[in-house]
Amino acid sequence: MTRLPLHDANHIVKVGMADWKIAVAPDLIRTSGLGSCVGVVLYDSMKKIAALAHIMLPDSSLARNKAMNRAKFADTALEDVIVALQKKGSDKRRLQAKMAGGAQMFSFSSGNDLMRIGPRNREAIVKILSSYHIPILAEDTGGNKGRTITFHTETGELHIRTIHEGETII
Amino acid sequence: MGIHEKIEAFHLDVLKEAGNIGAGNAATALSQLLNKKIDIEVPSVRLVDFEEAKNLAGREETVVAATFLRITGEAPGSMFIIFQQEEAEELAHTLTGKTVTITKDATDEMTISALQELGNILAGSYLSAISQFLAIPMQPSVPSLAVDMAGALLDTGLVQASLANDHVIVIDTVMKEADKNENVSTGQLFLLPDPEAFKRIFQALGVEL
Repeated sequence: MTRLPLHDANHIVKVGMADWKIAVAPDLIRTSGLGSCVGVVLYDSMKKIAALAHIMLPDSSLARNKAMNRAKFADTALEDVIVALQKKGSDKRRLQAKMAGGAQMFSFSSGNDLMRIGPRNREAIVKILSSYHIPILAEDTGGNKGRTITFHTETGELHIRTIHEGETII
Repeated sequence: MGIHEKIEAFHLDVLKEAGNIGAGNAATALSQLLNKKIDIEVPSVRLVDFEEAKNLAGREETVVAATFLRITGEAPGSMFIIFQQEEAEELAHTLTGKTVTITKDATDEMTISALQELGNILAGSYLSAISQFLAIPMQPSVPSLAVDMAGALLDTGLVQASLANDHVIVIDTVMKEADKNENVSTGQLFLLPDPEAFKRIFQALGVEL
């Protein structure tokens, strides 16, 4: 009997923009078309459980609306993700992070801060993770390329697909 | 209450008219440039969430050539001119005589500058018509071109709206060659006014918000 390759046989949990979800081995978890947004994976390798957040903005203080979607901002999204992982039995001290995205898709000479939102997202996430003492094992951030990322809960690998540079694994 | 909660169907219809005027002018410019008759479809004006917005030009990972610019002034916003991969390659061929694959030749100078110039012309004619129609000055930034995943490129236009809302209003117009079959488009024009632009736009159109 032919065995299907692992990634074909397993269910893929899809995460939309300004959202986060949790996947447990052997499932994969994916988010597509990251531009200035950053995809952050928090992973517990002992429990083989991972959360993937598709973060759009660096800080909830930027919100002009009180009834905001917490998953949109780095600070509130990561706070909620950590609580949710703990509820699933993860120990915060075991969590490790990988991330990708935070690009600047168009080049602009003018100084509009929102054009630099990709690098700002990344900087905010680094700061927040450090405050939680969660180490960043690997990242593929910045540049000017779109990325689709898929995390393999079984192996802890983050697969990154781009149009111009093919696929890499971190 | 956010601006989007106040917007009703007739507001969207009024925006459709503005989109029609802008895109009509852009299509005329494209017709002259290519020496072909270019038609526009009736613009679609929709309030979409981010997920839908990322799929406006195909799927999230669809390869497109997109020109992006910011509009400043009383009615700020973002604008995209999007060509699907085949459209971009065909247009580049028409304009430069070169046969290219934009994913591989993304740094080919002649191709890039031809597509960039095309984006400039279309954006300029679209915005000058709308600006005149609304009698609101609109200053476009220098347009920037990129070839990549549609979903990733559209991120850039969603950031401004995302500060206030989880939705964005998009005025979307498809251009077509008049003698080509119905399913073949020749580019897509998107205008995404910032949330704070709507009051001024509706005021200019004599519509209450």
